[in-house]
Order: sequence, then C-alpha cells, then structure tokens
Amino acid sequence: MKTILRKELDDRPDLLAIFDLIEPSSKVMDLGCGEGILLSHLKLQKNCPVCGIEISQEKILECVARGVPAIHGDLDDGLEGYPDNAFDCVVLSQTLQAVHRPDKLLRDMMRVANRAYVSLINIGHIRARLQIAIGGIMPVTHSLPSQWFETKNIHLSTILDFRNLCSELGFAIDKTVPLGYRSHFLARLWPNLFAPMCVFVVSKGGG
Amino acid sequence: MASVDGGIGIVEERDFLFGDKPGDKLRLDCGKEFGPVNIRYESYGRLNPARTNAVLILHALSGDAHVAGRHSESDRKAGWWDSMVGPGKAFDTDKYFIVCSNVLGGCSGSTGPRSTDPLTDRLYNMDFPVITIRDMVNAQHRLMEQLGIERWLSLAGGSMGGMQALQWAVSYPGSVKSVIAIATTSRLSPQSIAFNWVGREAIMGDPGWMGGEYGEKGPEKGLSIARMLGHITYLSDESMARKFGRNLQNLKDYAFDFSHNFQVESYLRHQGLSFVERFDANSYLFISRAMDYFDLSEDSGGDLAAAFAPATADFLVVSFSSDWLFPPEQSRHIVGALRKRGLDVSYCNINSIYGHDAFLLETGTIGKLVSDFLRNQFAEVEP
Repeated sequence: MKTILRKELDDRPDLLAIFDLIEPSSKVMDLGCGEGILLSHLKLQKNCPVCGIEISQEKILECVARGVPAIHGDLDDGLEGYPDNAFDCVVLSQTLQAVHRPDKLLRDMMRVANRAYVSLINIGHIRARLQIAIGGIMPVTHSLPSQWFETKNIHLSTILDFRNLCSELGFAIDKTVPLGYRSHFLARLWPNLFAPMCVFVVSKGGG
Repeated sequence: MASVDGGIGIVEERDFLFGDKPGDKLRLDCGKEFGPVNIRYESYGRLNPARTNAVLILHALSGDAHVAGRHSESDRKAGWWDSMVGPGKAFDTDKYFIVCSNVLGGCSGSTGPRSTDPLTDRLYNMDFPVITIRDMVNAQHRLMEQLGIERWLSLAGGSMGGMQALQWAVSYPGSVKSVIAIATTSRLSPQSIAFNWVGREAIMGDPGWMGGEYGEKGPEKGLSIARMLGHITYLSDESMARKFGRNLQNLKDYAFDFSHNFQVESYLRHQGLSFVERFDANSYLFISRAMDYFDLSEDSGGDLAAAFAPATADFLVVSFSSDWLFPPEQSRHIVGALRKRGLDVSYCNINSIYGHDAFLLETGTIGKLVSDFLRNQFAEVEP
C-alpha cells in the first residue's frame, strides 16, 4: 500500500513527508486537497477521519471517486463555518502563496485545528535568487513554473519569511523538514538557500 | 428485460395500500390520522440477500414513480430519469435495487386530493389534509417496511426530492446509510414561497377550479400559468438566451399582435399545455404547499446543524452554478451544517448554464458523481 502512495506522490515529496508525520487516527482536513490522494491514503492506511476542500470541479469528482469526502470551495472564503478545534490537524500544501491573505488563513487554520502541516515553496532558494539577482528577472522554477504575469502565486515567501510570520502570529514551529531536489543534504544544511520546498509542523505555541 | 436501447426495458407499476384500519393510519403533521393510503411505486433490479443494496429515488414536484424504462412497447417516453437509472448506468440496476414511489398527495397513482374519500365516497379535493414533506417521508417509510428493507444504501433526489432525502436522514437515521441531495434546500426561501403563491393564485383564480370541485376538465389555464411560471424559475437567463435568443416562432417579423411571436413564448406555452395533460391542479396546490412548509431547522430555532443532530448518514450534496431557485448558497448552508456535525460530506457545485433544470440535464457529471459515490458506499456494506 505504501508503495502505491510513493508512486502516486512521486512528484510530491512534501505530501510524502506530511503523510509520514501525521499520527494514525487523527482527524485531518486538507485545504486544497486536489484529487484526494493524500487523504485517501491517510484514510486507508492510518485510519484517519478525513475531509478536504478543493476549488476545482474536476478534482472534486476525483475525490468522490476515491471515496474521500471533499467540499467544493474557495479557501479565500475562509473556514468560517468550522468550529474551533474541529480537527487534530490541517494540511496546506503548496497553496499558502496562492491565497489572498496567507496570514488570515494561517490564523483560521490554527483556530480549527491544534496543528498545521504546511508545505511552502521557498522563493529564497538559490535558483530563484540567481534568476532575480543575476538574470534580473522574476524566477521561473520547477515548483514555480508560471511567468510573473500569469501566476496564481501572489504571495510568495521564503522559509525565513514564514518563520517570521509564525512568530508574529504567536505560533510555534515544532518541526521543519527541508526538501531538496535530489538530495536533502544541502537543503538541511542551509534551508533558506538550498531547499526549494519545506514542510513545517506548526502548533499553537505558548499562547 | 433489457431492451435494444440499452435501457431497463418494460417496467411495471405496483401499489402498496395501508392505513385502512384505525391503528394503521398515517399520523400527519397537521395532527390528523389519515388513511387509507395507496403508494404507487416502481422497483428495478434485485434486492440482494443481505438487503444492503436498496436505493430510494425521490421525485420532484411534478415527477412520479416512473423513473426509468417504459410501461409498454408503444410507450413513447421513458421514465423521467431514464438516463441515470438502468443496467450499467449511474443507478446501476445490475448492482442495486432501485425503488421510486409517487409522493403522498401526488396525482400519479398515490393517494392525493383526486382520490376517493372512503367515508364520503367522493373525491377529497380540498378536504384532502394539508401534507408536509415529512408526511411524504413517513409514507415512504411504511413502504420501506413493506418491502422488507431495513436500511437504504442511499436516498437520492433533486429539488423537492432532495428535501425528502434530507428529511429521511433526520427522521430515520438508522435507516439511511447515505444521502444524495441535488439542487435542493433545507428550507424553502421566501422567494420560492412567493413563486408558489403566484402559481396557486393562478390555479385558484381560474373559474374552472370551482373551489377544487372541478370535473373532468380542470382549471387548465390556471395550471398552465403555474407551470409556465415554474418553468421560468427552472431555467436561467443564459440558458434562455442560448436556447431561444430573441428568435421569432415561424415568423419573419413581429406579428404586431399578442399571440406567441417569440420562441420563448411558444416554448412556455407548450410546457404549460402539455403539463395540463399529465398533472392535476389540486395536487399542484397540496404539493407546492408541502414545499412551502419545509424547514428542516424549524424545530431547532433555525439552527440547521442542531437539526442534523440525529443524522448519521454520509452525504453527497450537489448544486448548480446557475440555479437561482435553489442557489448554491443554500447547498453550502446544508454542507456547513453537516460539517459542523462532523458528518462525512462531499459537495460539488457543478458549473452549468441550465439553472435549476440542470439536475435533469447535467447527467454526465451527476452520473459520474452518483455512480462513484454509490460504489464507495456499497463497498462499505458489502460482506
């Protein structure tokens, strides 16, 4: 079973990392759950009660096909209808940069759950930095394939930016999993420069 | 059974009569004990030995028990959801035991205002009790017991059918494994109540209505106006523009008169006239009234999440982007309440130009959703 997951998420090491981090039987909500691959494996292998939110009609159909309960909706509408602490954890993968107000969404996530798993596309990665510093153009990379004028990614940030936001909002980062392209060695050594992507485990912190 | 067109073929109507003895009557929301009650139903496919594959389809205002197939070889029209129900279709009759019954108050075989009151030997007409969606559901529950079904794998319906499905989930949680609620609402909006009012005014204002005591020929003008009004609410501005535009009906120029010059006028006229052929005016009054009274959250002070407290089913909620009769917002309200209760719910707002009518037209997308949802539901109960 696990190998099927590895295969399906070949392209998404961040989701694999998140899958490994989530405790069995925890109540999980995935914001921007796509076709529900992560959730279906959490449901089947870790016995997690799951639900997702997804903006694309096609992907909602896929979720239903996989037996993953998912709601067709826009994260920019917020999580207003959800009671406080309704979930053990909330997943937000490669999506924070595409919402209108990442800070508000993060605050909302920490209201409905005790813990958030956030995977962040790091614009501070060396390839992006070189493109802007040397090439003088907005970066186009593997994880950010769109041109500046057509991208949905309107709030790009670096790993450091995200850390600062969490501390400003009073949230604690319990764990950081920097992910490299091929090897994770350099990514772990200097994440903000060498990790194109990073998974954070965020908790409510001291208050 | 299978016919050449790949459909379900020839199907039969059945009747289930109950409530002819004092203790057996149906207790209605209005306080009356009512009976006898006949429920006209059709069923397709086979109930499996474990009795876990039964699905009840619930029809909308003008629907009936005849959901798929034909009644005879010469039958010109198939059932109202034929594209969705049959061998290999979304409601797969090779896998599931599909049941659909005509609602209480209907005019297609079930007891309604044009049935004969055994006490007076006359038609009920306006002496028929004012019924509710819950009364319809309670009658369906009696049918369920008669059929030897303990729990429906799924209850599925669009529009008023969706209201019944939601009511089932609250009234009989133990009998409902899942609910498919399409283009529906948890409470009729004032706008919909208003449309129903005008429809009934047209019927009751027609001299041919005669206080409901009409003979063979009913208030045809009134009923057709009610239907035409209804039809406008089932379409959308965009679908009308695409379907008819400002095109004229068999005319090169305006006729400079008040006959149906425009295609849209001709269409509505046709809808009105053909409805009168198949539907009863008094039934229209009672069923539309039942919809007006539908408010699932009434007993919980408007708190829909509280109203869903007894529910345990898994839900598939579907709305259509251009439906302004039961707009997506009303489905989102249902979804939000179900999520608050921590119930499993999937929701899809299908992008469509067809307005409320989309639930009968977008069968490609709905078909995929229903077929996948049922497959996963069935996998959970299969031994």
